[in-house]
Amino acid sequence: MGRYLLSRAWQSLLTLFAVVVLVFLGIRALPGDPARALAGEDSSPSALKAIRHEYGLDRPLPVQFWKYIEQLLHGNLGVSINTGSSVDSMLATALPVTFELTALAMLIASLIGIGTGVLAAVRRGKPVEWFANGFALIGLSVPHFWLGLLAILYLSVGAGLFPASGFVSIWSSPLDNLHHIILPAVILGTGLSAVLMRQTRSAMVDALSADYVRTAKAKGLPWRTVITRHALRNSLIVVVTVAGLQLGELISGAVVTEQIFSLPGFGKLTIDSVFRRDYPVIQAVVLVTATAYIVINFLVDLLYSVIDPRVRVAGKDS
Amino acid sequence: MTTAIPVAAATTLRTRGRRARIIRRLGRNPLALISITVLLIAVLVAVSANWVAPDSASATDLAHTFSPPGTAGHLLGTDDLGRDILSRIMFGVRASLEVAFLAVLTSLVIGVPLGLIAGYYRGADSVISRIADVLLSFPFLILAVGLAAIRGASLSNAAVAIGIAQIPGVLRLVRSDTLRLKSLDYVAAALVDGASDRWVLLRHILPNATSVILVQATVALPAAILGEAVLSFLGLGIQPPQPSLGTMLSAAQEFAARAPWAAVFPGVAIMLLALAFNIFGDSLRDALDPKGSR
Amino acid sequence: MTTTTSPPVTDTSHVLEVADLSVSFRTEGGTVSAVDKVDLRLDAGEIVGIVGESGCGKSVMAMALAGLLPASAHVTGSARLDGSELLGAKESTLRRIRGRDIAYIFQEPMTSLNPVLTVGRQIGEVLQAHEQLSRARARTRAIELMNLVGIPSAHERVDTYPHQMSGGLRQRVVIAMAVACGPKVLVADEPTTALDVTVQAGILNVLRDLRNGLGTSILFITHDLGVIADIADRVVVMYAGRVVESAPVQDLFDDPRHRYTAGLLQASPKPDRYAGSDRLQEIPGLVPVLSTHPDACTFADRCANASAQCRTSEPPLVGYAGEPQGDHLAACWHPNISGHEENAEER
Repeated sequence: MGRYLLSRAWQSLLTLFAVVVLVFLGIRALPGDPARALAGEDSSPSALKAIRHEYGLDRPLPVQFWKYIEQLLHGNLGVSINTGSSVDSMLATALPVTFELTALAMLIASLIGIGTGVLAAVRRGKPVEWFANGFALIGLSVPHFWLGLLAILYLSVGAGLFPASGFVSIWSSPLDNLHHIILPAVILGTGLSAVLMRQTRSAMVDALSADYVRTAKAKGLPWRTVITRHALRNSLIVVVTVAGLQLGELISGAVVTEQIFSLPGFGKLTIDSVFRRDYPVIQAVVLVTATAYIVINFLVDLLYSVIDPRVRVAGKDS
Repeated sequence: MTTAIPVAAATTLRTRGRRARIIRRLGRNPLALISITVLLIAVLVAVSANWVAPDSASATDLAHTFSPPGTAGHLLGTDDLGRDILSRIMFGVRASLEVAFLAVLTSLVIGVPLGLIAGYYRGADSVISRIADVLLSFPFLILAVGLAAIRGASLSNAAVAIGIAQIPGVLRLVRSDTLRLKSLDYVAAALVDGASDRWVLLRHILPNATSVILVQATVALPAAILGEAVLSFLGLGIQPPQPSLGTMLSAAQEFAARAPWAAVFPGVAIMLLALAFNIFGDSLRDALDPKGSR
Repeated sequence: MTTTTSPPVTDTSHVLEVADLSVSFRTEGGTVSAVDKVDLRLDAGEIVGIVGESGCGKSVMAMALAGLLPASAHVTGSARLDGSELLGAKESTLRRIRGRDIAYIFQEPMTSLNPVLTVGRQIGEVLQAHEQLSRARARTRAIELMNLVGIPSAHERVDTYPHQMSGGLRQRVVIAMAVACGPKVLVADEPTTALDVTVQAGILNVLRDLRNGLGTSILFITHDLGVIADIADRVVVMYAGRVVESAPVQDLFDDPRHRYTAGLLQASPKPDRYAGSDRLQEIPGLVPVLSTHPDACTFADRCANASAQCRTSEPPLVGYAGEPQGDHLAACWHPNISGHEENAEER
C-alpha cells in the first residue's frame, strides 16, 4: 500500500510540475509584453520596470522560472490588476463557494446516478430500465446552463420557489445558504448523474453475472444483500474512478453555473478575469484548478485502495 | 513472409463482412434510424442555411421585436432586435457542427497516433501517458480560458480548446485497444514473419481499432457541441453578432422573462443535436458489440 | 420399518428426488433444450456422480434445483428436497432453502468468491442469513468451519481476502461456506477441475469426510471419470441433456452398457496404459445441440451400433439381462450386453 501510494504521489507531483511549467510558458506566450499584461494596459514605465523585476522578466528564462517557483512556493500568486487586492485573498473568498457547490452537486449526482444505475441494472429489460436510460441520455445531452436558465425563468422568477441569484454564507445562515445553492447544485449535477448512472448500470450488469454473485445467491442471502454488499460494492470501484475523472467536467460546469446564478465563486472569478485581462488572476485560476484536479484524483486513488483490497495488498506485497 | 499477406487479406475480408452486419444492425434499430435522420437534417440545414433560412441571421427589424412564435414569417418568433429566431438557429446549428467536427478532428489527429505509439512501444508509453495526465488536469473550460487569454476568443480557438481537452480520452482508448490487439496471435504472427512495426501498426492494429475510434468520435461530438454552447454562452467562443446557439441563449438571458421563446428554442436545438449524436453513438456501440444479438 | 416396503416409504428415504426435469432456454434462434426429462435420486449420505461432456446439461440441471438459472430458463418437472417441492416454489421460500438445505460449490474458486470481502465475512454471511447469528458469533463459527475443512491457521486467515489465498484454500473456503448450515444436499459442480491434482485429492478428502462425519448427501458433477471412480457411490451419465446410464460406480466401470458410456471409458486414460503404445479412443462427432427434440437416441449420429430404430424412437432408461428391477439402468436400444455377458462368465 505504501509503495503504491508513494509511486502515485510521485506521479502526481510530476504532473503538477509539468502543469506549472506549462502555465509559466503560457504567460510568456501572451501577446505582446508579458509585463504589460501583468501590470495592466495603462501602467507607468516605472511600474512596468517593477513588475519586470518582480517576475524577473529581465533575467534569463531559467532564472525566471526559478523565481516563479519561489513565488508559488511562498503561496504568492500576485496582485489582481483589476482590484489591486492580492489574488490569494480573492481565492480565499471565492473557493469555499465553489467547493460547496461542487461537493453538493457531486453528492446529488452520486445519489441519483448510482441509484438509478442500480435500478436499471436490476430491472433489466423492464420499463424502469428504459426510463432510466432515457433519463441518462437526456442528462448527457441537455446543456445544463440552459437548464439553469429555464430553472431561473420558471422556478425562481416564475414560481418564486428559489432565489434567482446571490449567495448567503453557510456560516451566517445554513438554511438560507442551502436555499440559494440547492438549485444550482442540482443543475450542475445533472450531467454527472447521467454519466454515473450509465457507468453504474454497466458495472452492475457485469457484476450481476459474475460468479461471486451467483455464489451469494446460492448461499441464500436476501436479494438486497446480494445487490448491495456483493454486486454494488464491486461496481463502485469502477464508478469511483469515473467520478474522479469527471471532476474536470464538474469544475467547468461550476464556472458556468456560477455565472448564471451569480454565485460569487471561483467560476465568476475566472470569467471576470478573462474579460478584464487580469492575467495574475487567470494564471492563479488555471494553476488552482489543475492542482485541485491532480490532488483530488490522488485522493480518489486513496479511496480506491480502501474499497478494493486487491490494490491495498498488491502494494503491500510488492 | 509468406503468411503475412494472407493474414492481412483475411483481416480486410472479415472487416468487410462486419461492416455489412453493422449497417444491417443499425438499420433494424428504430432509435438509430431516427437519430440518423435528425443528424442528416441538421447537416443539410447547416450546409444550406444561406438558402433555406427564411431570413438572414442578422437582419434586424426594430418594428417587430419580441414577436411570439407563430407570428407570420417568424415561426419561432423574434428576439430583442427583431431578428428571426428560426433563421438564427439554423445558422447556429451550422456553427455548432463546424466547431464540433473541427474539435473532434483535432483530438483524433493528435490522439490516435499518440495512442498507437503509446500502446505499441513500452518506452514511449510512460512519457505519452504522463502528457495525457497533464492535459487531463486542465478542465476544458480552463483550457479555453487560457487559450482565449492568449489568442483571443473565436470559433477556431473554441474548437481547438475543446479538441485539446478531448485528446487524453482518445489517446487512452486507442492505447488500450492497441495493447489488446498487439497481444493477439495474428499480430504476433505478422511480427514473426518479419513485418515492420509500421506495417503492423497501420495494416493490422489501426484497422481493427477503427470501431473503438468511431465510437469515441460519436461520443465526443455531442460533448463538443455542448462545449461550444457553453463557451459561446460565456463569451469565450463565437463572438456576436455571428449567430451561435450559445450566444443566442446568453443574449436571451436578459429578456427571458419577456420573451421566453428566445431562451427555449436555441436550447432545444442544442439538446436535440446532442441527443441525436448520443443515441447514434449508443446504437453504433451496440451494433459493433460482437456479443450483441441484434 | 415393518414388513411392508411400499414405494412411498422408499421414496421418503431419498433426500433428493428429481423427476421428469426439463430445462429449456429462450434465445433469439428459438427455444433450446438443455435438460430433457431427467430422473434422479439421492439417498441420505450418498455421493452420486454426474458425468458428461461439457454442454451435456449437467450444470444446468444442478442449478435448476435451487432456482439459480436466469429468467430466460424454462424449468418443468419436479425436484423434491426431503419431500418438499423446489421447482416453482416462491423465491422467498427458495432463498431460505438455499445455503441451508441445499448448498453449492462451484468450479472456479478464483471467481466464485467476492474479491472485496474477507473470507470470514463471506462464510459468516450464510450463518447471519439463516441462523440470525451476530457478526461476531458468525466470525467465530467461520473459524471453526475453516478448521473443519482443513484450512491451516484459520484464526489468522479468517480476516484475509480471497486473492491472498491459493486456489485450493479458496475452494476449501467455498466448501466451508457451503456446509456452514449443515445442508442435507451439497451440489459440487466440478469442484476440483480448476485445481492441481495434489490439491484435488485434498478437496476430495474433505468432501468424503463431510459425508462420513455429517452425513451430507453430495451431488458431484464432473467430466473426470477418475474423480468419479474415486469419490462416487453411484454414477449418472448424461449425454445431450438426457440421462443415458445410471449405475453403482463399480458396475459402471466394469460393465458400461450404453455405447456412449463405453466410449467415454475408452477415451479416458488408465494407469496401466502407456503413451504411444495404446492410443486413447476418441468418440467421433460432436455433442448435438438440443434445439429440437428428436424422437430418437441423441447419440445415434455418433454411435457405431446405431440402427434405424435408434433414429426413430427414443430408448427408455431400463435395466437389462434379467434384472429389469436392478439399479443398473441404461437408455440404449443396443446395449453393450456382450461385455456384460463376458463379465458374468468371469464371475
